[in-house]
Amino acid sequence: MSEKHSSKIYPDAKSALRDVLKDGMTVMSGGFGACGVPENLIAAVHALGVRGLTVVSNNAGLDGFGLGVLLKTHQIAKMISSYVGENKEFERQYLAGELELEFNPQGTLAERIRAGGAGIYAFYTRTGAGTLVAEGKEQRVVNGETYILETGLVADVALVKAWRGDTEGNLVYRKTARNFNPPMATAGRVTIAEVEELVEPGVLDPDGIHTPGIYVQRIIQGTNYSRLIEKLTVRSREEGAHAVVA
Amino acid sequence: MPWSREDMAARAAKEMEDGFYVNLGIGIPTLVANYIAPDMKVVLQSENGMLGMGPFPFPGEEDPDLINAGKQTITALATTSYFSSADSFAMIRGGHINLSVLGAMEVSENGDLANWMVPGKMVKGMGGAMDLVAGVRRVVVIMEHTAKDGTSKFRPKCELPLTGANVVDMLITDLAVFTRESRAGQFKLIELAPGVTAADVRKKTTAAYRQ
Repeated sequence: MSEKHSSKIYPDAKSALRDVLKDGMTVMSGGFGACGVPENLIAAVHALGVRGLTVVSNNAGLDGFGLGVLLKTHQIAKMISSYVGENKEFERQYLAGELELEFNPQGTLAERIRAGGAGIYAFYTRTGAGTLVAEGKEQRVVNGETYILETGLVADVALVKAWRGDTEGNLVYRKTARNFNPPMATAGRVTIAEVEELVEPGVLDPDGIHTPGIYVQRIIQGTNYSRLIEKLTVRSREEGAHAVVA
Repeated sequence: MPWSREDMAARAAKEMEDGFYVNLGIGIPTLVANYIAPDMKVVLQSENGMLGMGPFPFPGEEDPDLINAGKQTITALATTSYFSSADSFAMIRGGHINLSVLGAMEVSENGDLANWMVPGKMVKGMGGAMDLVAGVRRVVVIMEHTAKDGTSKFRPKCELPLTGANVVDMLITDLAVFTRESRAGQFKLIELAPGVTAADVRKKTTAAYRQ
């Protein structure tokens, strides 16, 4: 892979992050559960040792995996998430008052990120009307329905994980590992993508690009993916086609 | 005899209609998928970004990139599509999903739902529940009729913080089924578990309802 001056390609996660990541920054991190998590980039954030981060991520990782790594070292000051139930260290720090937490409904979180990336300052939504989520927010009643105002979210740095990416930063995700990665890619002032397979121009079908390269400033070839499964559920072969799904 | 978890799931499955797009919550609602009539076309949505959820994989065929909203390994179907979380919730909030089945801690007589937070306990978050109740056209709730100490969970008002105000269309408990025609209307008792009488239900319920 050639590396010209204007290249988006960096040799590894640390070199891609070193000159952009600072203490106190807001960082978006893609993934849902253990699926589609930028593991290499998170490891580099850990290695670079920056502190006081606000991290926007649907979940907070697991103990020893994903963002759980950054929680252990107290590099995260605040999380903006929708569900954090799978992490004991998170729970301990939150209950001890060491960690600030802002819960967003999952769809509100996704839409805030999408809006942020699309230059939309705020939007009205029914989600959360009449609940604790609405407290302190502007409300508007339209045709008898109550809507609350939610603001767009942007980040200093967005970390995303894709299946394949090319030298231009065009990205393709795989199955449900897509999740929060595409909207987050649009909402980072600097977006860094790690991919399982970095390919030459022309390999990806332009009709099948999920994230166009304009959103991606830096890209690295990821390594050593854990392929972690949080909840392994299978059916027996005897159950066959009519097997249960739960 | 009160209904079991499986009985409640089977009852909720009767609310499916051919051609429906459906989102099932985590826990008992997930079991509903096992009771959908085989001759009916129902497409299951998983809010982490998938339409057309298939069954669990055979051992050795699990894919770490293919999970449902409960983080369980699943499979795809021939008609499956994948999309981002932003697209997934646009689908949910835009009213494109016909039906959602969710669990609950409390339901009030005017259809408020509480299912995400107990003050004083560690809060895990609301996940997608607030979006589902705000955007899905019809919301069916499954819950135990009473708490362990016998207090009614179908109540005049929710004591716990709400997931949504006036969002429940049908309530299935281990004792009975309540439904209402519109969100302006009152719940009506329409079915009883075997051996359970209307008087039993009345005694164990503090919410007002018609029968």
